[in-house]
Amino acid sequence: MIETLMMYLQYPFVRYAIIVGVLIALCSSLLGVTLVLKRFSFIGDGLSHVAFGAMAIASVVNLTNKMVLVLPITVISAVLLLRTGQNTRIKGDAAIAMISVGALAFGYLIMNLFSTSSNLSGDVCSTLFGSTSILTLTSKEVWICTVLSVVVVIVFVLFYHKIFAVTFDETFAKATGVNANAYNLLIAIVIAVIIVLAMNLVGSLLISALVIFPALSAMRLFKNFRQVTVASAVISVICALLGLVVSIWQGTPVGSTIVAADVAAFGICYLAGRLQGR
Amino acid sequence: MSYIIAKDLRVGYEGKMIADAMNFVVNKGDYLCIVGENGSGKSTLMKTLLHLQEPVSGELIVGDGLKANEIGYLPQQTLVQRDFPASVREIVLSGCQSRCGLRPFYNREEKTLAAENMERMGITALADRCYRELSGGQQQRVLLARALCATQKVLLLDEPVSGLDPKVTIEMYELIDKLNRDGITIIMISHDIAAAVRYASHILHVGATVFFGNTEEYAESDIGKFFLRQEGGEER
Repeated sequence: MIETLMMYLQYPFVRYAIIVGVLIALCSSLLGVTLVLKRFSFIGDGLSHVAFGAMAIASVVNLTNKMVLVLPITVISAVLLLRTGQNTRIKGDAAIAMISVGALAFGYLIMNLFSTSSNLSGDVCSTLFGSTSILTLTSKEVWICTVLSVVVVIVFVLFYHKIFAVTFDETFAKATGVNANAYNLLIAIVIAVIIVLAMNLVGSLLISALVIFPALSAMRLFKNFRQVTVASAVISVICALLGLVVSIWQGTPVGSTIVAADVAAFGICYLAGRLQGR
Repeated sequence: MSYIIAKDLRVGYEGKMIADAMNFVVNKGDYLCIVGENGSGKSTLMKTLLHLQEPVSGELIVGDGLKANEIGYLPQQTLVQRDFPASVREIVLSGCQSRCGLRPFYNREEKTLAAENMERMGITALADRCYRELSGGQQQRVLLARALCATQKVLLLDEPVSGLDPKVTIEMYELIDKLNRDGITIIMISHDIAAAVRYASHILHVGATVFFGNTEEYAESDIGKFFLRQEGGEER
């Protein structure tokens, strides 16, 4: 097994996949804790479907750099969705469900009507499940991904205490003069960036798993916010590495293998938590 | 000049007012209890006092060196907090957040302040415990310590004893009373009119008829007599 791995590691695309995989896993897990606690577990799902729709439009109009279209559309949707928490007619979960399935349907429709590709179902499948795209990254994409990931991590560290305050008790934060709306906006934008990045790794159907599983696993084991955040990052990175290695070694689809590893990790953490008597 | 002056203040949602116009003042060192039936507009008044929403009409003037965001706040327990993985220390420190501005981390002064307030609330021993594993009374002390980190002037307490057992309820009232004697102005929303009359210096009764005055006046007023008699008749 080691020999096979070493052999594969000589190929740049395998190294790229591992770098990008680890970075995305790290970023997505950081905000997972906040999203789960704010009752926004499904926002990853909704946004990734929006990103799928945007991706479909981008490929139909033949954009060379799809990010230019996908990123802004996803960011705008994220901002709109996170605002629904307050005084809107359609409540958060319903709004997410609506946008999520709507974008999915539209994306597929557009791809079907206008696509010039000969392998339509293959295209759709790889956008939804990210089956091979992570293994076809160019060095430029790896750079974009690295830079964005580093920015996400820095933003998270710098705003960690503010994110905590806004997540734990938004009303209190607002009442004592913390600009909670600005930080909610920041959270929304960062999430959108992460989702767009993560589409390459696991595809748009499985992104939620990257966001929520590590957070939920960590919450089984630890009791304070800092430990939970760190643990969720560690769990996520380990699962991503494990999933990537197994998928390269056994030729399984990358995205679903990583998610399977996340599910397994959750199972282990759940049992460990029960054993600790919590 | 008073900390808070309300002139013909009407509160409500989307232009619809809930309660009648209110006139009241809160001075430094006061202990004001806001009482009234469910749906009488207590919570809306509270949000207005915290500047989370605008008054429908009338004026709310903040003065005497008090800034609008210097009102510390003890919320009713919300759903989010119950399963939140956070240590007591993390929560109390988050009360200092508004002091930070854009500075990303807490400084030594803020950490000391948090430690002092934990000591003051008698929860220093619980500093590393998980919030969700604490009892109701302990959780309220944590949130009080957090509010004290945000301000040393005015505390607004939203039904601080709801869900607490009788013994802890009395401890909580004594604790709040002690804070008041230490010079912190208290505004408390309460269902418990008997306790309000026992501890508060002023009463604001919100509803179809509005009463504001000191506690003796309230006990002598028609509305006060009526509600106090009702309370007395209830099994307690």
